[in-house]
Formats: sequence, C-alpha cells, structure tokens
Amino acid sequence: MAEQVLEVEGLSVDIPVTGGMLHPVQEVSLTVARGETLAIVGESGCGKSLTSLSLMGLLPSRAERRARRLSLLGEELAGKSERAMSDIRGNRMSMIFQEPMTSLNPAYTIGDQLAEPLERHTRLSRREVRERAVEMLERVGITAAASRLGQYPHQLSGGLRQRVMIAMALICNPDLLIADEPTTALDVTIQAQILHLMAELQREFHAGMILITHDLGVVARVADRVAVMYAGQIVETGTAAQIYGAPSHPYTRGLLSCIPIPGRSRPGEHLGAIPGVVPSLIGRMEGCHFADRCALVEPRCRKGDIALRDGSGSGHRYRCVLDPETPATQEAPA
Amino acid sequence: MAVTDPVTGAAEAVLAPSPAARMRGRAFGHAGFVLGAVILIGIFAMALLAPMVAPHDPFDQVLDRKLIPPVWFDSAKATWEHPLGTDQLGRDYLSRLLYGARISLLIGFAAMLISMVIGTAIGVAGGYFGGRVDMVCNFIITTRLSLPVVLVAIAVVSLVGSSLSVVIWVLGLLIWDRFAVVMRAATMQLRGRDFVTAAEAIGCSRARIILSEIMPNVMNSLIVVATVEMAHAILLEAALSFLGLGVQPPEPSWGLMISEAKGLMFFDGWLIAIPGAALFLLVLSINLLGDGLRDVTAPENRS
Amino acid sequence: MSETVLEARGVRRSFSVSGGFMKPRRALHAVRGVDFTIRRGEVVGLVGESGCGKSTLAKLLLGLMPPSEGEILLEGAPISGQDRLETARRIQPIFQDPYSSLNPRKSIGTIIGLPLRVQTDLGGAEIARRVTETMDLVGLPARVVDSYPNQLSGGQRQRVAIARALINRPSIIICDEPTSALDVSVQSQILNLLQDLQREFGLTYLLISHDLSVVEHMASRVAVMYLGRIVEERPTAGLFAEARHPYARALLDSVLTPDPSLGIPDTHLGAAFPNPLEIPAGCSFHPRCPKAMPRCCTVAPDPLRIGDGMVECLLHAPDQHDEPEEETTR
Repeated sequence: MAEQVLEVEGLSVDIPVTGGMLHPVQEVSLTVARGETLAIVGESGCGKSLTSLSLMGLLPSRAERRARRLSLLGEELAGKSERAMSDIRGNRMSMIFQEPMTSLNPAYTIGDQLAEPLERHTRLSRREVRERAVEMLERVGITAAASRLGQYPHQLSGGLRQRVMIAMALICNPDLLIADEPTTALDVTIQAQILHLMAELQREFHAGMILITHDLGVVARVADRVAVMYAGQIVETGTAAQIYGAPSHPYTRGLLSCIPIPGRSRPGEHLGAIPGVVPSLIGRMEGCHFADRCALVEPRCRKGDIALRDGSGSGHRYRCVLDPETPATQEAPA
Repeated sequence: MAVTDPVTGAAEAVLAPSPAARMRGRAFGHAGFVLGAVILIGIFAMALLAPMVAPHDPFDQVLDRKLIPPVWFDSAKATWEHPLGTDQLGRDYLSRLLYGARISLLIGFAAMLISMVIGTAIGVAGGYFGGRVDMVCNFIITTRLSLPVVLVAIAVVSLVGSSLSVVIWVLGLLIWDRFAVVMRAATMQLRGRDFVTAAEAIGCSRARIILSEIMPNVMNSLIVVATVEMAHAILLEAALSFLGLGVQPPEPSWGLMISEAKGLMFFDGWLIAIPGAALFLLVLSINLLGDGLRDVTAPENRS
Repeated sequence: MSETVLEARGVRRSFSVSGGFMKPRRALHAVRGVDFTIRRGEVVGLVGESGCGKSTLAKLLLGLMPPSEGEILLEGAPISGQDRLETARRIQPIFQDPYSSLNPRKSIGTIIGLPLRVQTDLGGAEIARRVTETMDLVGLPARVVDSYPNQLSGGQRQRVAIARALINRPSIIICDEPTSALDVSVQSQILNLLQDLQREFGLTYLLISHDLSVVEHMASRVAVMYLGRIVEERPTAGLFAEARHPYARALLDSVLTPDPSLGIPDTHLGAAFPNPLEIPAGCSFHPRCPKAMPRCCTVAPDPLRIGDGMVECLLHAPDQHDEPEEETTR
C-alpha cells in the first residue's frame, strides 16, 4: 500500500455567527495516499471548501478547527503555529483555486509570482529561481515560457492563467495538492486539457491530490476515491467505481439521477430531483442531515448520530440506517 | 470569493428576514448610529422649538448686562437668568445659540438638497448612458473639482453681496461633486447587472429604469453622501460667516458668533468655546449618523 | 406547426474597443454573419465557448442592441422598425445568474408583475391575479409574493425569473445559461420546470448553454457557434451521433459523462486561445483544428447544407473528396 500523505480524523470547524454557532464541517475523516486523487464532491454549502481551507490552515480567524488527527506524512499539523504552517503551505502542501484571475495578484508579473514560493521556501539563487520558473511553465504546456515571465495575469487567457496557477502550486514539489474547483471557470474544451495536465503532473510529481468539485462528471473521470459531502458530513465514501456503480446513500443516488447524461438519460424525460433545501447548519442537529429531503425517511432516521457503515466493498462506507436498496435501473451504469 | 461562499451558502435559509427588517436590527445595534441620531434629533428639536424654549429674544441688547459669564463660572455676575451668559452686546447667549442652530441646519440642509439634485443628475446620467454623455459629465465634474470652493464662494459673495439665500445657493452650486462621483460609480456598477437588462427587455422606458430600478439601489450611498455634504455645508457656512461673508449680523449664526467673539478670545474664552462646541457636536453627530448608515444599509461593503 | 417565430438574416455586430494606451481603437467582431430560424414550439440549443458571441447574439435577438448589419425578424416582421414594447411583449429573456437578474429592492410580486404593468393596461387587481397564477405555475408558494429576492434560495429566484419571462405569454423565451449558476439538484428541478412549461403552453425556447448535456436533454436542434459564426447546425440526435465539424466533435468529446471507467478525453485541440480581436484568416478554427489542411488557412468555408443540417467546414466541401491530410498545428 502506498504511503499515506494526509491522514485526517474527526475534523470539525465551528464558526460563530449571529444566531448561534455554525457547524459547516462535522467529524470529517479522510486519507490521501501518494499518487492518489481523492475527490470531495457536494453542492454549495456542504462544507467541501471549508474542509480544504481548514486542511491548509486558511480558515477565517473567527473560525475554530478541531481534529483528533491531522497529519501530513506522519507529522501532526493540528497544534502547529501560524508561522510553522506558513512554512508548510506552498511548499509541502499547496492549493489551486477556482478563479485564477482573483487568486493571481494583478500587480505582479507571472515571473514574480512563480518565484515567490521558491524565494520563501528554498535557498536557490535568482538565476536558479528563474530557470526553475521557466522549466515549470514549459512543463504545464505554456509556449514561449521565458517571455511569459514578464507578463501580467490580465494578459493571459483563462486557460493559461490556470496553467500558471498549477505551475505555482507545483513549483516546490509539494506532497499534497488541493484543487478547489480548478476547472469550473473554464470552457469545456479547456477543462479537458487542464484535467489532463493535472493528472499527468500528479503522476510525475507523485503527490497526493484532493479535488474539490460539484461536477460529478469531472469526479468520475479523475478521482480514484470519492467522498460525497452533505450538510457538513461525509455521507458516502468509496472508490469511484463503488460510488458510481453502487451508490448507497439516498443523497448520492439523488444527485446522480439529477444530471442529464447524453446517451443515457432520455431527452425530454424528467430528470430526478431532490426536493427541499439544504438544512441550516447553525446549532446541533439530531439524526440524519438528509432526513428532511429523503423520500425513504423513517422515524429512526431522526434519532441520535448516524454512523458510517460498510457498503458494497472494501473502503465503501455510507451514512444511512437503511439497507441499500438495489439502485433504480436508470441510475445503474452501463 | 470562494473562501467566504461556503459560510453564507450554508446559512442560506428560506425564511431570512426582509432587507428592511435586517436593516432595523442592525441600526439599533450600532452604537455610533444611535449616538449620532440622538444628538442630531436633540439639536433639531432645539432648533425647531427655539421660539418656545429660548429664555430671551436673541436680538434684545441689554447693554448693562453684557458679558455675563455662564452659570458654572464662579462669578458674582453669573445668573440662571442667562444660563450661558450674554455676549458683548448683552444678548442672551443661550437664545442666540438656539436660534443659530436653525440657521446652521437650514443652510446645511438646503445646500445639501440643491447639491444632491445637481450631483445625482450628473452622476446617474453619466453612469447610466455612458459613452459621450459620460464624457461630458466627467468633464463637468473635473471642472468643478478644479475650482477651490472657499475662494469661489468668497469671490461670489463679495460680488453679489451676502444674504442667507445667497449663501445657500453658492454652497449648493459648489459642493455637488461628491454626489456626482459616487452616484456615477454606483450607477455604472448597477448598469451591468442583469435586472437592468431584464427591465430593458421588458420594454421599460429609460426614465422608469433610472427611477425605479437604479435609484432604489443607490439610495444607501446617496444618504451617506448627503450626511457628509450636510456637515460640509455647515462647516463652510461657519467659515464664511466667520470671514464676514456669510450670514450678516445681527442674525445669530454659530460661525458669526465665533467671529464676533474673536476679539475677546483671551478674556472671555467661553464666548468662542460654546458655539464652537455646538458646531463640533452637530458635525460629529451628522458624521456618526452617516458612518452608521453606511454600515447599517450595506454591511457587505465593509472591509 | 412549422411557422417561423424568430429569424436572423446575415446578422453581424462589431464593437470598437480600446487598443490600449495611445494605440488606435480596434474592431471586435462578436457576431460575424449569423443566419438561423426558430420555428414555433421548437427548443433550439446554442452552444459555444465563452467569447464565441453567444451573449451578444442573445442581446441582438432581444432587440437590446441593433445589429451592425443584417436583420432580425420576429414573427415575420423586422424588429428594427418595431415599437420597443411590441418586441418586448413577444420575446423575453431568462438570465444565468438569478442573484443578479432580480432587483434586490423589489418584492417578488412586483418583479413578476412588471411586464404586465409596462406592456398592458391591466388594473392592479388583475395583475395581482395573474401574478398569483403564474407563481403557482412555476411552483412558487403564494406566501413569497411579498418577500424580497434575498429571502429566496437560488432555485426559487430562478423560478421568479421564469415567471417574469412567462407572465405576458411571449412567443419565444431566450434562456441564457439558465442553470449554470445553480447546484445540480436545483438545476434538474429548473430543467424539468422549463420542459413542463414548454409542453403545456407550446413555448419556443432558444437555449444558450455551454453544457452540452443540458442541451442534449432539452433541445431538438442544436447550433454550434465558434468565433461569431454558426459552424454547424443540426437536429440534436444527429449531431450527438456524429458531429461533422471538428469543433463540434471536440465539444462533444469534452463532455464528461459520470462514468468512472472512462478517462479524461483528449480533445486534440491546440492550446491557442480563440480571440475575437484577432480572428484568423481562412477558416477561423484552423489554428486549433486537428484536421486542418493547408487551404484552411486561406479559404473561408461557406455554409453547406447536408441533409437536414448545415456545416461550415472545408472537409465537407463538395470539391474535397480526398482524405484530409493529418496535419496538426500546434
């Protein structure tokens, strides 16, 4: 078994808001091995972005993070000072954001921004830094790399900017890469190219990757393992084949029935739907978080904490008291 | 940005309070807003009720009772008949202060209204129509910004003579620049929003779009600028009156009261301190109110 | 049945944009000669990447800006000579972002009733009745009539936008990315609603989207746009079975169906960025085309009718029967 890059156990985030305490992330446990891609998938407000920010130690200052275990290559991060964390960020773990235009600083050139993590974390000379920056740009498929160093972010197209972001994230050879909706702002043809590049580089750098996304198509094509989040909890986790082949949580099944699939969902027919809205995460919540929107809800769904239970194969777990019914035919993969 | 989205997204609920209810809640929780409002309402009430509460006629000169110090002074002359004393012409200082509040508020409010109309018209027109119209509006704004307000006011007043209405018009015609700049930026930002495009697609006239789609959304900034400009106008009036170019004696204006007392500054300092403190309180309360309004109406704009 | 509702004839639109400090202004050709028709009761999909001119075309069709050249006919009459209100009554938009498309200071009832107040002489009571009726139709609870947009969820807001577009029964609704700002579970509800309304009232939609799965699900005919021109237009089933234009092919290949047994598709497109300020000579797609031939760089293809579709590509030109050379540019 490959070395575990990241091990997280019982990660919770609390944020005081007007009206009480918001619990956007509750008891999240996950692991990422070298060379593995874990996708965290869910809709807006499910806590997937805050999970990734809390791993990086980038939560808003009023938020409080708790974890029984949060280790990067065996090194515990939970008690680390802000100073120690900033030595790790951008160096041993780095992040790619959704909108490269807002995450690149418009006032600095591409070259300056690529050099920053190197200057912060290594003792390379200026020439070596420059060489490394050019090498990285070429590696992410940017032509005329040397001349791009003097350009500003606004002079690049969206796809190129995202390539620069990827180069920045990988320039210090991190052990863990967290990508938060890396292709959501891009056109579909560019999306395919960027996903290709990320998969290729991940193999080459042998890093662990966490991919945060709402796009079930991207997850299916990229992820080795999947964690489905709903209302702050992981409701189902397993390999991509398990999640898509034998979805066991009613929410996962509902999500999969919602998306039109060329060649599989019949045009003109109704798509599946999940009625209702995401519950408020302010205050404590009893029972299954999905109970109010679930078609199969039973009285016992509303009592106590629902634990994860084993599913169809090894590593497949889901948070539901009901026995998995056979997935409806229209959702079954071909 | 992606960092804050999950928080608000999770908190999204169907039964969120209406914008007005949320604003009320924030207003009463905002110390600056409440303090500013209380002081301003107090001054406003005193100005309004001046004929009833003033102990004396502000113009009555009683020369054998001049320069009585306020009651808290340890002096044989101090008397409760003149709580704030009298000036060098024996006029009751409290009465003059109360009547002076009327002048300050009247000038501040009227000049602010005039400048609001001019500035909003220029700003909204430039921001909404863009292109050539905006170029012209921008030119007008730039021209105005290059004029020194006090110098122009002094020149005009000394040319046409000074009176209450002249001061109001001069100030109103000079201080609309901030209205124009802020309204132009706010309108431009709204111009690109889809609800404006939707109104155009529905076939609404331009007047309707400006009045009923854009104006309600720029009201917040308009009110905030209005408070700032009102304070600005009051201070300018005081300055002009101090220079003898504003309100003319014997009208009681706070700026004029300071001016009249300047010869006695070292002997009877309270003559300057009292109208000065009143001016300070009024401007402070208006600014507190304006700052509060900005926070109350658009909390998302706070950094 | 086959009556034409909306027709574009040789529509062009260019903008003059600043070339930078002290540089001459340049022309941005957003729409470069678009012809198409939409018949009553049809759902036509318009797909393409950002910057391809979709949104400009939508604005032209809505009559919000005049075309530089060409003509748009709404139910047979050119909209250029028409009264603004007459056009507005017959064609209505639904926008992408329901957070931006509803005035935050207006109540839901006021927003939905606006078209009736502007376009008709109906009294307040009748407008209120129609608002309630339309809200019911789009699945909005009657109690939200006095609420404000910030009190509703994204899906409910989009229902408000649909109700506003629908209330005065326009002939055609232009849906500009109606679900791309919404979550998956909400998207399916909105798509189901749009489909139900279409069936119940025989509505006509132009569905602009970058999501081909959505277009395949909703539309009976699809037009693919690239750098201001429609490069392929066909009934949906035919296009998805076998796209003729290499760009349409690449778009279809990029659709990520949720199937973990498949990898990430390789579109074989060059990384060149389609820039409407510098439209390549010849076929505008040739710098990215995996099948580009030497003459693609110089000869602009003409639209070509094949069966019930249209394609604009030299690979299908009648004088081009030999196999294309496998030449890839960058």
